[in-house]
Amino acid sequence: MTTSILKPTRRGFLAAGAALGGAAMLGGRPASAAVDWKKFSGQTINVNLVKSPRSETLIKYLSEFETLTGIKVNAEATPEQQQRQKTVIELSTGKPSFDVVHLSYHVQKRQFEKGNWLADISGFLKDPSLTDASLTEKDFAEAGLLFAKDSKGVLRSLPFSVDYWIVYWNKELFEKKGLSYPTTFEELVTAAEKITDPSTNTYGFVARGLKNANTPVWTSLMLGYGAAPINAQGKVDTLSKEAVEAAKLYQRLMTKAAPPGVSGFNWAEAQSAFLQGKIGMWFDGVGFAPPIEDPQKSRVVGKTGYGVMPKGPAAQAAGTFGDGLGVVEASTKKEAAYLFCQWAISHDMGARLLQAGAGVPFRQSILADTKVREGVKMPGAWLDAVAGSGKISKLALPVVIPVTEFRDIYGVALTNMIGGADPATELKNATAQFEPVLARSEG
Amino acid sequence: MASVSIENSVADAKQKRSRPSRLAPNYWPFVLPALLVVSAVIVFPWVFTLWMSVNSWTLGQPRTFIGFANYVRLAQDMRFWESLWHTATYTALSVVLPLFFGTLAALIFDAKFPFRGLLRGVFVMPMMATPVAVALVWTMMFHPQLGVLNYLLSFLGIGPQEWIYNQFTVIPSLVLVETWQWTPLVMLIVLGGLAAVPREPYESAEIDGANAWQKFRYLTMPMIAPFLMIAVIIRSIDAIKSFDIIYAMTQGGPGTASETINIYLYNTAFAYYDIGYGSAMAVVFFFIIIALSFVLLMVRQRANWSDMETK
Repeated sequence: MTTSILKPTRRGFLAAGAALGGAAMLGGRPASAAVDWKKFSGQTINVNLVKSPRSETLIKYLSEFETLTGIKVNAEATPEQQQRQKTVIELSTGKPSFDVVHLSYHVQKRQFEKGNWLADISGFLKDPSLTDASLTEKDFAEAGLLFAKDSKGVLRSLPFSVDYWIVYWNKELFEKKGLSYPTTFEELVTAAEKITDPSTNTYGFVARGLKNANTPVWTSLMLGYGAAPINAQGKVDTLSKEAVEAAKLYQRLMTKAAPPGVSGFNWAEAQSAFLQGKIGMWFDGVGFAPPIEDPQKSRVVGKTGYGVMPKGPAAQAAGTFGDGLGVVEASTKKEAAYLFCQWAISHDMGARLLQAGAGVPFRQSILADTKVREGVKMPGAWLDAVAGSGKISKLALPVVIPVTEFRDIYGVALTNMIGGADPATELKNATAQFEPVLARSEG
Repeated sequence: MASVSIENSVADAKQKRSRPSRLAPNYWPFVLPALLVVSAVIVFPWVFTLWMSVNSWTLGQPRTFIGFANYVRLAQDMRFWESLWHTATYTALSVVLPLFFGTLAALIFDAKFPFRGLLRGVFVMPMMATPVAVALVWTMMFHPQLGVLNYLLSFLGIGPQEWIYNQFTVIPSLVLVETWQWTPLVMLIVLGGLAAVPREPYESAEIDGANAWQKFRYLTMPMIAPFLMIAVIIRSIDAIKSFDIIYAMTQGGPGTASETINIYLYNTAFAYYDIGYGSAMAVVFFFIIIALSFVLLMVRQRANWSDMETK
């Protein structure tokens, strides 16, 4: 018996109808049906996470993954510093106790690469029986892929959550002075200084001043001068005119427009100060936004603007940080571990992350989804700042092994600058200290 | 007869000499468990630290033997010398101030007055709090804009201070927390000493016309000196190894203004993963503690318990 489109049989018509209905139910992603989620049912994997709102979201919905795959997950979430120590120590032994690791790209990327601690998952991503068709490299923000791939272009992890640095600004204080949101660094400084009035305990600007925590503030400013602390040849480039100018800008903002004691401020102190409504602008990551709109914690609910980083003399760039999920090279359950990573960065989980204000997914399709955007609790301006920052995203910290030493050494120099030290001299001293550290790490 | 007794005594002596060597092997099984535990938890880590200190070893990278290079680097490391100075300053102030205020409090609480028991209980409460919790509460109190301390100072007409947020006031501010928390411990120790002081010498002194200061200087102080010495030893050990309060409040900042050896060592080993250099630092710190313990033991001998008892 032969059939044709022009003369369909009853059976053929029903089959075609069922196929179309099925495709519609799957949201136009029929290839996802190919993923065999139950293939590794019965296996148990161990997952090591950084304790944060992001990992809490994963743990909250973990049972969904276990039901979907039949894989049992033992998830452990420890505070950031302790998690970093634990993972590095365990991975360096060659026999870590976990199959999936949550890593902070901006601190650990190069270290993990050099240790060969993460499995190559490029093959998994291309395998339709393991990867949903909607998950493609193109869907990740550019910074995410830069983070996730090693120096040879091999995919070593899946980008999970991105943190762009934006400017939180107090609209009320700006209005009082007849100011609008700055579009350039020069306007930023002018606005900060105009708002500052120590007699009323009002200050125009706040950012991190504490050693180590403060370094990304300077490197983010440096991006606006079109410079980076490590050049394309992998050499330290912190004595350049641009680096010194960025340091001078940092010094000016932190000494002329920031509250007293700012040299000891980490993000928490800066956030507390901003929440009191006496700070014009606070420069930090998008992830710190939720308390601002919480009436229990904030005096600036509904008064806060969320701005993309103003343009510097050479470029407009949003300092970018991020974290990802990788499958451990030493794991004997790599496929099951990969399925977990894929589920964690899936559309549904990314939407939950964004809507709860717990993080911003690297996947562009999630940010672009109108339904997802409608469910976001944060103001539209915040989401616009996130999307706007994504377009001008640049890695804010160098991809080197001794990131912590880099942050510490230059952090001390920046703290000294707040105390009045000369930026050029401080950078010279810091560079002299850091160069041998970098040489040792790559040697 | 004489020769017999000499022979007997020689035989006895031989027997006495040979007894330990004959019995010693039987004792070993009893000593072995303790020996194993001590070797595992004290000797092995110590020897391993020594070994690591002569290697260049960063986690995730190959290890290489470098001899004393880590120690040479340490001698040239200004940050290490600064941390040594911070440790000395912090320790000295954290011993002297609680000692002074603790002794004063003990003298006050030794006197009889209404609600003395209740007030003693309230006074020792800081000692019971967890150091990290204490650190977090004080950090909030020290906040230059939002902290209660600057608010209280404003009533006295004193301008806002930067406390732990300023490189020049950070160590005194940390010592303030340490003093607040550990003065009660010194008070309890000295109070114990005061309870053991006899009344008779004071009666004699009163008859001789001694005033309050003279009684304190020439009677109370010498008699409570051994107790003060115990307080000094306990406080010195506590202060020199202090980590939690400093790390939770300042992480060694601003800059490195409150970075003690403990904090620097921790950062080197567990933030920079430079295990070899961190181990060299631990070895040097160990010898510093040994030296300090030796000095304290010598001073304690001078405080002389037995003299006081015989007098």
